[in-house]
Amino acid sequence: MIRFEPREPASLGRLVLLPVIAAVAALLLAAIPMAFAGLNVFSAYGLMIKGAFGSPFAFTEMLTRATPLILTGLAAAVAFKAKLWNIGAEGQLYAGALAAVAVGTGLIGGPAFIQIPAVVLAGALAGGLVMLGPTLLKTRLGVDEVVTTLLLNFVIILFVQMMLEGPMKDPMGMGWPQSEPITDEAALPKLMARMRIHAGLIIALVAALGVYFLMKRTVWGFEIRAVGENAAAARHAGMPVTATFIRVGLLSGALAGLAGVGEVAGLKGYLTADISPGFGYTGIVVAMLAGLSPIGVIFAALFIASIFVGADSMSRATGVSNYLADLIVAMALLCVLVSGLFLRFKVRFVGVKTVQEAAE
Amino acid sequence: MASDASTRPVVLQLTGITKRFGSLTANEDVCLDLRQGEILALLGENGAGKTTLMNILFGHYVADEGTVQVGDGNGGLVALEPGSPHAALEAGIGMVHQHFTLAENLSAFDNIILGTEPLFAARVSRRQARSKLESLMERSGLTVNLDIRISSLSVGEKQRVEILKALYRDARVLVLDEPTAVLTPQESDTLFQTLKKLSDSGLGIIFISHKLAEVLASSHRIAVLRLGKKVADLPTGGCDQRQLAELMVGAKVSETIRPPQEPGAPLFVLNGIWAGQGRNAIEGVSLTLKSGEILGIAGVSGNGQTMLAKVISGVERPERGTIKLGSVDLSHANARVMIDNGIARIPEDRHHDGIVGTMTVWENLASESVRKPENQRFGLLRFAAMKERARAAIKAYDIRCQSEESPARLLSGGNIQKIVLARTLDGAPQVVLAAQPSRGLDVGATADVHRRLLEARARGAGVILISEDLDELMRLSDRIAVIHRGHLSEADPTETLDRSTLGLRMAGHSGADAA
Repeated sequence: MIRFEPREPASLGRLVLLPVIAAVAALLLAAIPMAFAGLNVFSAYGLMIKGAFGSPFAFTEMLTRATPLILTGLAAAVAFKAKLWNIGAEGQLYAGALAAVAVGTGLIGGPAFIQIPAVVLAGALAGGLVMLGPTLLKTRLGVDEVVTTLLLNFVIILFVQMMLEGPMKDPMGMGWPQSEPITDEAALPKLMARMRIHAGLIIALVAALGVYFLMKRTVWGFEIRAVGENAAAARHAGMPVTATFIRVGLLSGALAGLAGVGEVAGLKGYLTADISPGFGYTGIVVAMLAGLSPIGVIFAALFIASIFVGADSMSRATGVSNYLADLIVAMALLCVLVSGLFLRFKVRFVGVKTVQEAAE
Repeated sequence: MASDASTRPVVLQLTGITKRFGSLTANEDVCLDLRQGEILALLGENGAGKTTLMNILFGHYVADEGTVQVGDGNGGLVALEPGSPHAALEAGIGMVHQHFTLAENLSAFDNIILGTEPLFAARVSRRQARSKLESLMERSGLTVNLDIRISSLSVGEKQRVEILKALYRDARVLVLDEPTAVLTPQESDTLFQTLKKLSDSGLGIIFISHKLAEVLASSHRIAVLRLGKKVADLPTGGCDQRQLAELMVGAKVSETIRPPQEPGAPLFVLNGIWAGQGRNAIEGVSLTLKSGEILGIAGVSGNGQTMLAKVISGVERPERGTIKLGSVDLSHANARVMIDNGIARIPEDRHHDGIVGTMTVWENLASESVRKPENQRFGLLRFAAMKERARAAIKAYDIRCQSEESPARLLSGGNIQKIVLARTLDGAPQVVLAAQPSRGLDVGATADVHRRLLEARARGAGVILISEDLDELMRLSDRIAVIHRGHLSEADPTETLDRSTLGLRMAGHSGADAA
């Protein structure tokens, strides 16, 4: 017999420990299908670790992959904290990337210290504006933002495809649907020679610290938390509930937009319609894994990035599909959701015998 | 009654119950027994451990120490499996929670038999259930329309369904947690008549309360809990209110008295306010509040007082009519503007509108003033100053919590109300709106609320007191108006009114008819 007993509010130690346990549990569970696929589990995980941490190249690749995940993770964390369910980070990422390309391919001239901020701002603004619509529809008309943000993803990605096939198509692109390259002055600098790691990581880390500071130390953060936890009480206390939702929407969209900026202006140099393998959706997993904590988002993004990069590397070495990475990430999310249960309840396993004894 | 009850078999016995939550001891070595056909009142202040004790009995919590035993029907006692509501139900313990556990979209009948139906032969069993219930209703006098949806029943009727639910499961012990907290005086009287009848037929009843009058009127025996310990266990005959209040609080209790005071000039005027739709609407409400007076608003629950409070709180905007504070027009003011103009609002549902449960005590104390310069500079919170002020408020208002960092939801109802009082009354507001300010609070916390309202009156503020408790209104108000179906009567001086006049007006008879 399994019995659930409510628990005292969780300590910080437990809050930190549980996602770690969930991650380990996910790796253990994923070992089962790996074994069925005929892999030696230990060597497979060894290859994954090597693939993510084994060399400077592997490590910087992992960090490069974590960069957009930190930003989309923050986008989800900030919005979910206010109970604004932004499922549209994917679309906002593309909107940010599109704006970055529009500004960064020669729209404005000038040196890097003008062009880079212009590109970054344009991307953030575009992402924020995409989220503004669903937020206003929610606050004015009560339209469910889960539906609007989710559906906007497809609208925006189709719009990007249209632009890449039409007005923004690179004439020198040999007919491929891709944009013109971002100029050297507008591109985010590389952090290390011969590696792909770029200044987007700095932006992501600063953003995480900034969001942490905002939530913890500012009036706006106070209002966001109050509105998210109890909007009725926040309204009764005279807080600007609608304005808070709009602020959160703009911020969340802007963070996702920045992820798009990093991918085009830092990594690829030009825009294609397949620039994100679902970073926006994975950001939701990152945020949940992090318990919506902005600092936690950094670590959750690093974990998921190392799974993806490590699994890519392992699959090249063993021939097992890298879908395994998706499997592990999905397991991790499930484990975190289950661990939420353990945060709120003590679980006791009671033998049937003890129950009978107690009854007598 | 009580003397011959002492020879009847014991149906429930709690021995040495101790329950700790972290550093808080909710129950300490509590012993309690209940005999067949006895009505035991469990009396205590907020946070005294009454509900915890009953939750242990019903298996929601597991006691750290101690045992629960139930009568086996032959005069003997058997241990009850701890931590299992199922076992408690099996043993014939029925519980009526303060917040009802009914499915609103099902009929009363379905709610009662929910969980007792067998998987097969459901139709036959429904017929049997029906006849069993009908005979139960007849014997107990608890009549409810079984085929109507729960959502369209009144609070009193829902409670009757809860009691029937327990009786249907052949309860031999019935536990009611604060059964009168949600009832009108008339409904309470009916409830106690029913309980009396049930106890006469052999049911053991425990009811939790902090209202001295009803405890004295309706129980055979009274057990008093204070700070988790049982401090008294006496037969009801021979007890008086003062003695019980002192046992409950552990100190002498003084009655609140309203000192005579000449009211000042008109301060806050509502003129022809229309708001809301349907049952809870208000239609053309006008009132004039003077400074230095308490204006009471009486009425049976659901006659528009909630909407009136929301309008004055700035949460709902009136469709028509004007609100004026002196010469300032507040007809379209939101909550922020109301607060900034010195209108303090104590919400009716303090858990829902008064606090953000997961945020800390100090954050909740600052939630109305977070944008004031003393709490922020350039949008950055001034933690040290905010916590300092919170500690001062905790002291001044005697808010019982582990520290200012505790989440507000862990506090008892009385202490949550003290957070609201400290927050709203801090800036010496001109107008105080107190909606059901003592609902669900115990003697000590209620006295505290009353003292604060009288203090506000003494320094010249106008207080609007919306309440369903006539005693409270008569004691505190200088004038009383009655709200009925969204219409507010003229306010008459309290001295010219009595309970029966007010009762008639609350039932919809005009002032002229009643006089």
